[in-house]
Amino acid sequence: MRLRTLVWRELFERKSQMLTCFLAILLGITTVVAIKNVTYYSEKAVAREMDSLGANVLVLPKSVTLQDYYSADMHDDVIPEEYVMRLTMSDIQGVDNLSPKLHVPVEVGGKTFALTGILPKSEFQAKAAWAGAGIFSRPIGCGAVDVGVEPEPEDKKTLVRKRVIKDLGSHEILIGSDVAAFQGIAEGDSLTLLGEPFSVVAVLPETGTVDDSRVFGHLHTVQRLSGKGDVVNCIEVVGCCKEIAAGLVDGVNKLLPDAKVVTVKQVVATQQNVNGMMERLSVIFLVIIVVVGGAGIANYMYANVFERRREIGTLMALGAESGLVLRIFLLKALLLGLVGGIGGYAIGTILAVTLGPKLAGVPVLPMPVLALWGVGISVGIALVASYFPARRAARLDPVATFQEV
Amino acid sequence: MLRMEEVSKSYQHRGQVVKALDGATIDIPRGDFVSVVGPSGSGKSTLLLMLGGMLSPSSGRVLLGDESIYDLTSDGRARLRKENIGFVFQTFNLVPYLTALENVQIPLYLAGADEKAQEETATSLLNRVGLGDRLDHKPTELSVGQQQRVALARMLANDPAVILADEPTGNLDPETADQVIRFLEEFNEEGRTIVMVTHDPKAAQRAKRTLKLRDGKIIADASGQRSLHVA
Repeated sequence: MRLRTLVWRELFERKSQMLTCFLAILLGITTVVAIKNVTYYSEKAVAREMDSLGANVLVLPKSVTLQDYYSADMHDDVIPEEYVMRLTMSDIQGVDNLSPKLHVPVEVGGKTFALTGILPKSEFQAKAAWAGAGIFSRPIGCGAVDVGVEPEPEDKKTLVRKRVIKDLGSHEILIGSDVAAFQGIAEGDSLTLLGEPFSVVAVLPETGTVDDSRVFGHLHTVQRLSGKGDVVNCIEVVGCCKEIAAGLVDGVNKLLPDAKVVTVKQVVATQQNVNGMMERLSVIFLVIIVVVGGAGIANYMYANVFERRREIGTLMALGAESGLVLRIFLLKALLLGLVGGIGGYAIGTILAVTLGPKLAGVPVLPMPVLALWGVGISVGIALVASYFPARRAARLDPVATFQEV
Repeated sequence: MLRMEEVSKSYQHRGQVVKALDGATIDIPRGDFVSVVGPSGSGKSTLLLMLGGMLSPSSGRVLLGDESIYDLTSDGRARLRKENIGFVFQTFNLVPYLTALENVQIPLYLAGADEKAQEETATSLLNRVGLGDRLDHKPTELSVGQQQRVALARMLANDPAVILADEPTGNLDPETADQVIRFLEEFNEEGRTIVMVTHDPKAAQRAKRTLKLRDGKIIADASGQRSLHVA
């Protein structure tokens, strides 16, 4: 005879009650795990989408306002290109992509368009790798997880969405859709700009923004042809939402005290709102499960104490102390919580992985950390909800063993 | 061995004070076998519960040896029961989901005996009450007589000096009742002190001494020799 024999045998003595309580815990934890698992991957998917909305932080010359940047697009004020390297080499967290730009006016077929110099990612990545440090030596992507999905093959048109492209030759250009339509330019054509020939490597899809009226070339070529030197008009930064909230902008400000760092508030606010909403939703579900599950277990335990008062009284008459009675009930709660938690994790994970992609439209992978969550919540609820019934049992009057008093 | 000094117990019932026990003073020496008789509601069970440290008196003292039982904490009284007192209940109070052997093991487990010792002692006690072939039977698989014998074996497990029996034959047929009383006589011959509440005059006669209660008062002590207090 051991404590666990007493507990184990009693569990199976009242099978239907035990099953009801166990199922309540199991279903609760299954729901928590499934929702948490699906929301985690949904949050990641939403975060990825949100972060691809475009640049949300701009580094501009001090004298330029955000309004100037958007309305006039072109301004004469510049900042050194070296700022890009400072950002690249810094230990600032949450910079996903950088896009330095220099705009110069060019004439194409009698009409003036903006020739925008951009720096392909491969260049500053190479420099960072050579220096052996900096933001691109860390994995980037705003904490997006690898869900085993093949990335889309990157082509030059990703500039529209991601603000950067991987490679661009010194005499290659990308043409905005309006420019292409107006001039009848197609991919593979040649174009002479500022006296030098360029080949059109891509016509960008229509975006409805000023980008449609731009021609994109290599930054260093544009700098050379315009004679402006190693400068840029702005650096567009795609910052990760969480890091922006955690003070990314302050970090950039400190790093580049002579530049103006602004956030594109609308984009950031949307990103943070959506992420916050997802997090609040899973917290709400968790609270519901904890309250409903806890009430269910407490109810079961109170009923169990009531039913077993004669048995508890007998144990007390035989010399059981209150601590032992408390342990009997709490060990039972612990067992139910443990098995319910493990079972709930297993079923919740299976449901999330199989139904998640159909319901939420995102790939869902098992999350081992949720096993700890599941078991922790389950055992926690079971113990807390059982404590008062157990204490009540421990304080029962052993007189209950007798028929008459 | 057991002593009650001017013990009273009163309850509040629907605004009225009910006296379950009224100024009881008794002295039960070691090795005595006392039967407590009286009509229902006369305070028999109250007296037994108080002797067993399960119901505190409204006034007076209850002593086991020199120890005032109700000056102890409830856990202290539980320890005292574990070490000194064996209970026999009218409805046996076996734990339904445990086998006969496991039921007898409970007091041994509570006393901290290891599993091997528990099993050996419990087996020998069940053999003693003639249930050596029913070790793995659950209470529902035993007759009422057998159940009461399991309860007797369980009561003996910690070798108690005092046995308190509440209507031990109340649910039994005459033959089994006789068997149970014979066991109690045997335990008494071993030197254990027995206090037995009973309605059964035949069972009461087998005791060495009979206390008669009415309206919470001890109105007669049949031996009249060891201690007599008529309130």
